[in-house]
Amino acid sequence: MTDILRTEELKIYYGQNEAVKGVDLTFTENSVTALIGPSGCGKSTFLRALNRMNDEIPGSRMTGNIWIDGKNINAPDTDVTVLRQNIGMVWQRPNPFYKSIYANIAFGPKYHGVRNKAELDNIVEDSLRKAALWDEVKDRLHTSALSLSGGQQQRLCIARALSVQPKILLLDEPASALDPVSTAKIEETILQLKEQLCIVIVTHNMQQAARISGHTAYFYMGRLVEYDKTEKIFTNPSDPMTQEYISGRFG
Amino acid sequence: MSAKLKDRIATFVIIAFSALIIALLVGMLGYILVKGISHIDWHFLTAEPETIKAGGGIGPELFNSVYLLILTLIITIPLGIGAGIYMAEYAKEGRITVSIRLVVEVLSSFPSIVVGLFGLLVLVNTFNFGFSVLSGALVLTIFNMPLMVRVTEQAFRNVPREQKEAGLAMGLSRWKIITSILLPVALPAIITGTILAAGRIFGEAAALLFTAGLTTPKLDFTDWNPTSLHSPINPLRPAETLSVHIWKVNSEGLSPDAAEIAAGSSAVLVLMVLIFNLLARWAGRLLYRKFTSIK
Ligand SMILES: Nc1ncnc2c1ncn2[C@@H]1O[C@H](COP(=O)(O)OP(=O)(O)OP(=O)(O)O)[C@@H](O)[C@H]1O
Ligand SMILES: [Mg+2]
Repeated sequence: MTDILRTEELKIYYGQNEAVKGVDLTFTENSVTALIGPSGCGKSTFLRALNRMNDEIPGSRMTGNIWIDGKNINAPDTDVTVLRQNIGMVWQRPNPFYKSIYANIAFGPKYHGVRNKAELDNIVEDSLRKAALWDEVKDRLHTSALSLSGGQQQRLCIARALSVQPKILLLDEPASALDPVSTAKIEETILQLKEQLCIVIVTHNMQQAARISGHTAYFYMGRLVEYDKTEKIFTNPSDPMTQEYISGRFG
Repeated sequence: MSAKLKDRIATFVIIAFSALIIALLVGMLGYILVKGISHIDWHFLTAEPETIKAGGGIGPELFNSVYLLILTLIITIPLGIGAGIYMAEYAKEGRITVSIRLVVEVLSSFPSIVVGLFGLLVLVNTFNFGFSVLSGALVLTIFNMPLMVRVTEQAFRNVPREQKEAGLAMGLSRWKIITSILLPVALPAIITGTILAAGRIFGEAAALLFTAGLTTPKLDFTDWNPTSLHSPINPLRPAETLSVHIWKVNSEGLSPDAAEIAAGSSAVLVLMVLIFNLLARWAGRLLYRKFTSIK
């Protein structure tokens, strides 16, 4: 499998506070990597660095390299708008636009110049199918996205991210605000998307990490403590701190 | 005193005050409407005022009020929305934004008579705009701009942060996020705020005494050449508005039915402002549904 994303000595600061303290991680194509660790250990901060979303937080700084397709995107001359178009992101709380279901999905492609109605229709259907939402909404595409349930809204957000055909998908606790049924659907979606994408997911749910990810990275206080095959991490971790965390003794 | 008793007394006092406020409002509205509404008919709304004889109307005044309002909004809406967007989305919190906000607050709380005098000295005399619709509109801008800025800034700040984040993560430009994601959500609140603010300037009198003037030339509603003195849309002609008319009729009206004219005009004014308020609510709801496709 080819590497698509790699961080090198990545350090992220909020003012004086060093939230991520030099992390080296590699992500491959068609894979799911889970980031786990106790609250405040820097998982979200690390994730947001990968599409330079931390730039939007006043006072945050970043050193080190992030390689995507052999290009260091943590360089001053990187056009973040172009970068972000190739990386989808979904948050813990669903944030569909205050628009119709259709408009939510068609928004990105339209912005990138797709004008043809039939083509847009196709993209909308395709994205909704990939996010396992099509059957539930195909008869109400022009109603408000806000009329959907939380779980549906979250899958809509995934579909919206997919509509511009990103190569990387960043998920920050995408199912932690959802009921078990919606969670199962999201997990199913993720497993299917794995065939085409590089997915990085932050989760507090150990079973979830075990179910869907191929590799797991354990973070503690801004450091990467252990990175390995998920199976290994959950059965026989090399680091006693990881062992303690996954067996639920703290965090 | 037991907690329960205290609670009862507090509740009673709060209810009593609320009832008092409502009674005051209903009483005042009722008084104005009852006294004035019988005087309102088509003739009254369209006829020219009379100086000596009875039976004058308020046609030109009503037109002036509306025209002045429209002209003011044409000036303040782009400026106010632009400045509001700047304050909400571009300006970095710091000394500059703090001072802009302070200026905006001070401006909107200036006594209107003082602003009127300022208009007289600067616009009417120095700039030589004379007593005119333009002078009036510019003075009203001073009241209206701060409201527009505040309404817009607030409307934008009330859009959930996550909406903007979603746009940023999609690689949209800041401008695209503002126009396509934030503005549709904020617009209903902006429009509601604009209409409410319009009610306030529609009733303004003191600032217009010295700027838009106390007279209206004879208007010829077939003449739409904005440079001719008798054209209703000439921005450089004097324009007595409805509120100013009420003041004038009350203080120096010579016609035998001056009191009725004032009462009728007041009722029209109050009704217009009420309509603005209802319109604001209705438009706000309707637009919100339309823009967010919520049925
Ligand atoms: N916007 C911010 N400004 C300042 N400090 C921040 C900001 N966001 C996070 N931090 C700090 O950075 C550190 C890492 O936070 P981060 O949100 O990345 O943790 P996390 O691992 O995602 O936690 P959780 O599991 O609770 O989501 C914390 O100490 C936090 O206080
Ligand atoms: Mg987090």
